[in-house]
Amino acid sequence: MVHNRFRDFLVKEFKHIIRDPRTLLIVILMPVLQLIIFGYVVSNEISDARIAIYDKSNDYLSQKLTQKLAASGYFLPVRNIKTDAEIDQAFKAGDVKLVIVYEPNFAENFIRNNKADVQIITDASEPNTASILANYAQAVITTFTNEQNNNGISANRLDIRSRMLYNEELKAVYMFVPGTMVLILMLITAMMTSISITREKELGTMEILLVSPLRPSQIIFGKVLPYVSLAFFNTIVILLMGYTVFGLPLRGSLALLLLVCFIFILLALSLGILISTLSKTQAIAMFMSMFALMLPTILLSGFIFPIENMPKVLQWLSLAMPPRWFLSALKTIMIKGEGFAYVWKEIAIMLGMTAFFLALSVKKFKVRLE
Amino acid sequence: MANSKNDIVIEVKDLVKRFGSFVADDHLTFNVYKGEIFGFLGANGAGKTTAIRMLCGLLQPTSGDVKVAGFDAYTQSNLIKANIGYMSQKFSLYNDLSVWENIRFFGGIYGLWGKELKYRADELINNLQMNDSRDVLISSLPLGWRQRLSFAVSMIHKPPIVFLDEPTGGVDPIARRQFWEMINEVAASGTTVFVTTHYMDEAEYCHRVAILVDGKMVALNTPANLKKEYSASSMNEVFISLARQGQRVE
Repeated sequence: MVHNRFRDFLVKEFKHIIRDPRTLLIVILMPVLQLIIFGYVVSNEISDARIAIYDKSNDYLSQKLTQKLAASGYFLPVRNIKTDAEIDQAFKAGDVKLVIVYEPNFAENFIRNNKADVQIITDASEPNTASILANYAQAVITTFTNEQNNNGISANRLDIRSRMLYNEELKAVYMFVPGTMVLILMLITAMMTSISITREKELGTMEILLVSPLRPSQIIFGKVLPYVSLAFFNTIVILLMGYTVFGLPLRGSLALLLLVCFIFILLALSLGILISTLSKTQAIAMFMSMFALMLPTILLSGFIFPIENMPKVLQWLSLAMPPRWFLSALKTIMIKGEGFAYVWKEIAIMLGMTAFFLALSVKKFKVRLE
Repeated sequence: MANSKNDIVIEVKDLVKRFGSFVADDHLTFNVYKGEIFGFLGANGAGKTTAIRMLCGLLQPTSGDVKVAGFDAYTQSNLIKANIGYMSQKFSLYNDLSVWENIRFFGGIYGLWGKELKYRADELINNLQMNDSRDVLISSLPLGWRQRLSFAVSMIHKPPIVFLDEPTGGVDPIARRQFWEMINEVAASGTTVFVTTHYMDEAEYCHRVAILVDGKMVALNTPANLKKEYSASSMNEVFISLARQGQRVE
């Protein structure tokens, strides 16, 4: 009998979802659209970046490296710089994103001293672009060094002096798929559940449900289960698209990846439930989801802006952002291909946050009933 | 209207509800009998909603005895919930579901299913003469229809008692009149109706009326006796002379 009631409840919930065009749009179309938009924007960002060359040596080796950089497809040398002061001018004019500086006697140092300096200066007012560009330039230079060594005298070294910290994980192409997943899961689980629960409160149907023989736990489960399944479905769609369309690697275990996604869905859900206990109307629930969840997710989780480049205070703040741990676990599993031993901390933190938010909602709920 | 001891369906003795130092309901004592239309009157903040929540098993009393449909409010709130109907001032139905789907859903959560559910749902739709609107979404029904449907749906499991929390808010006088006809029919068939209201003309339709002021029950009698006692010409005058004693505002 209990099962039968619960099934009735689920049927009703799915009807709410199917009959609301806005919900359907968010749930079905948004994940795909967002993925395509982010994918397109990010892949455009790293081709033909305009750079300037400050060649104090101007010998065969430095010219060869410059050609190599230009041939990589990532960079487009548009300007030659003659003095230190021009570096500043070039950046301020805004027509270059990166400057390569060769030390005097570049080739000579490379051959004689087995060591030559090349400096990469980036415009860090756009920290994200800056670190991606520095990242690519270094990759090109490293390849170049290896080639030179294979051609003749070994053990020569090009010292790359970069002003940005090297951040191997920050391959931009791989960032947006996990990032989109975070956004979508937050949106569907946290925001949609909080709105759907507050709608029942606003319409007064929640009162009717509470007076009915349904247990409160059945009501809450019935409300969240449809969104959990939708969120999980979307996770799989995004992963599949990332894998097939955008060539995202999946180096670690799929089961572990799905487990981590599921835990994050639970976490987002606990946030949605908390928001619904705090808000009286759908509008408030939506507002709270937007400002308390979406903005921090986008700004502080490391999705768009690298955490390493944030001011210290914001770095600390990002520790409290649930998506940060999910993103970190995702990258560890998908890109590094590590196992449970490397993500247990993230899993534990996410489970801890879920328990905390749920406990808080139960407390709030009781206070309200009293 | 029978008043014998066997016919008591709601039994309340010294019911108290405290929130911290605030006493919402102060030693309420009353009985409600089978088939009675029992009116619960009071200004906002007088303790009506708190009392009705305790009677419906939503809230635990601080002290006192409460029995509804023979079940104890402290230990058997689940049995109480299964044996009462409840309708609020919002006549809450799901706007995006059809008449038929709403009936099925609410029947379903009260444990009705299969043939029985279908039989009751058909009966309900026939009684309301809504056969043509079976598959119409609630959002496109007039307010008066929604109200009557909501009332009927709240009794789909044929409970011995139905609680109506300000059931006529926002509807026009004709719809209110029709609604009270429906209440009378329900009471005549033996179902107890426990109703809270703001409208004093509606209080006249009740068999007995309890008036709450600042959490205390200051009067409990038939409308006729109350008017005699306070030498008033209408329930409105009775209410005003009693409510004037109150200090508490919401």
